[in-house]
Amino acid sequence: MSAQVIRAAEAVAPEARAKPAAIRVERLVKAFDARPALRGITFSVTPGATLTIFGPNGAGKTTLLRALATLARPTAGTIEVGGFDVVREAHEVRLRTGYVGHQPYIYEDLTARENLLFFARMYGLRDGAARADALLARMELTAKASERVRTLSRGQAQRLALARGLIHDPETLLLDEPDTGLDEVALALLERLIEERRARGQTTALTTHNLERGLRLASEALTLVGGRAAYSGPADGLSAEAVLALYRKGGAA
Amino acid sequence: MNATPSRGARLAWEQLWAIVWKDLRAELRTRQAWMSMGLFALLTLVVFNFAFDLRVQDQRAVGPGALWVSFLFASVLGLARNITMEQDRGPMDRLMALPVDRSVVYLAKVIGNVLVISAVEMVALPVFAALYNLPVLTLPIIPITLLGTIGVAAIGAQYAALAANTRARELLTPLLIFPLITPVVIGAVRATEALFSPVYGDAPWLGLLAAFDVIVLSISAVTFQFVVEE
Repeated sequence: MSAQVIRAAEAVAPEARAKPAAIRVERLVKAFDARPALRGITFSVTPGATLTIFGPNGAGKTTLLRALATLARPTAGTIEVGGFDVVREAHEVRLRTGYVGHQPYIYEDLTARENLLFFARMYGLRDGAARADALLARMELTAKASERVRTLSRGQAQRLALARGLIHDPETLLLDEPDTGLDEVALALLERLIEERRARGQTTALTTHNLERGLRLASEALTLVGGRAAYSGPADGLSAEAVLALYRKGGAA
Repeated sequence: MNATPSRGARLAWEQLWAIVWKDLRAELRTRQAWMSMGLFALLTLVVFNFAFDLRVQDQRAVGPGALWVSFLFASVLGLARNITMEQDRGPMDRLMALPVDRSVVYLAKVIGNVLVISAVEMVALPVFAALYNLPVLTLPIIPITLLGTIGVAAIGAQYAALAANTRARELLTPLLIFPLITPVVIGAVRATEALFSPVYGDAPWLGLLAAFDVIVLSISAVTFQFVVEE
């Protein structure tokens, strides 16, 4: 009887056996035409953590996020998101991951609401309309719901892009410089969203050039310099000066 | 056990029509592709008509070629736009981050292109009939244009995506597409000619178009992921 119970537990809930790291990256190399953008990065992120990725321009932050989002195939090394390999199990990763890149990835000739409905349908959400309306309200875009995206301001489009990334309530949310173009009110909203995700045990990884904000939000930090991980670990005790010192040290190396 | 594949198939079906709906909705709003494609098709027909000073027998020989040249040139304008609307760093980044099978994206793009090109053809055909005084507005023209259009859209979706990642995509798209749609051009022109001269018999040409469409759609649906993914 007890053996049966054990076998059933193994069959039904494989994730219950050992909860995998939210993100696990090992010896990741990504090269474009033999030009390496990432040079053997290794790090992992605890489930429910907020990871802030720091780095000067050209450090490889966007390339790393794109690789995590299955948009860039690793040249060497492995990446797992939620326990799924981004190359062999890309579909599973995409189901569980939200990605908001440099570009908002929304369609300019559709309205804000039509965009969210489209993405809800792509994820097969049954309550897509309700979810879209709730997110529009959350992002303070209800008044703009029926307006075409091309008429929205940069900040409004960025908020809509955030709503798009959250439409399927992903386990892992990847945000590439989400604070770009946002006003103070929207920035506060963004910070609240990230804090709420952490409280719910959902993982967020973001890049930013604003060191203070990045450190305030982070429970874990990764600093990339020249495609290498100059620091990977808890964000507690890490200061903006220390991050800048890593930039300078990496730049001089 | 059986629920997962059927749920996957249902989701794929919904995703297919979601992409088609999204593309058509955007196109209906802007009319960017339709306007330019329609005007280009009509202009080509008018120019051919006046350039050749056609007599009755010449019209039957030259007309089908002029009709399909106008369709093909106009189609290329729309094919590139349909792909580049998805573009960011990669050729179709907006869709690539989503949990959607790449063959579903490909088929959705083909369907969207077929609908847009067909709308242009519906405007161009009556103009062609009037200018060239040819009895083209008959039922048999429907399978000919449909099969020809599917062939163009099937090749176009694949190679416009391939060219989208290059700087010279506007130049490269027609350069890649035109040689590959030669069987469609031959089949469609001959089948259209056969409408006016029943001695040819239209069956072999429609068969060629159908076979071409099936082969291209099958191969491209499988290989599309290698075109759009890194």
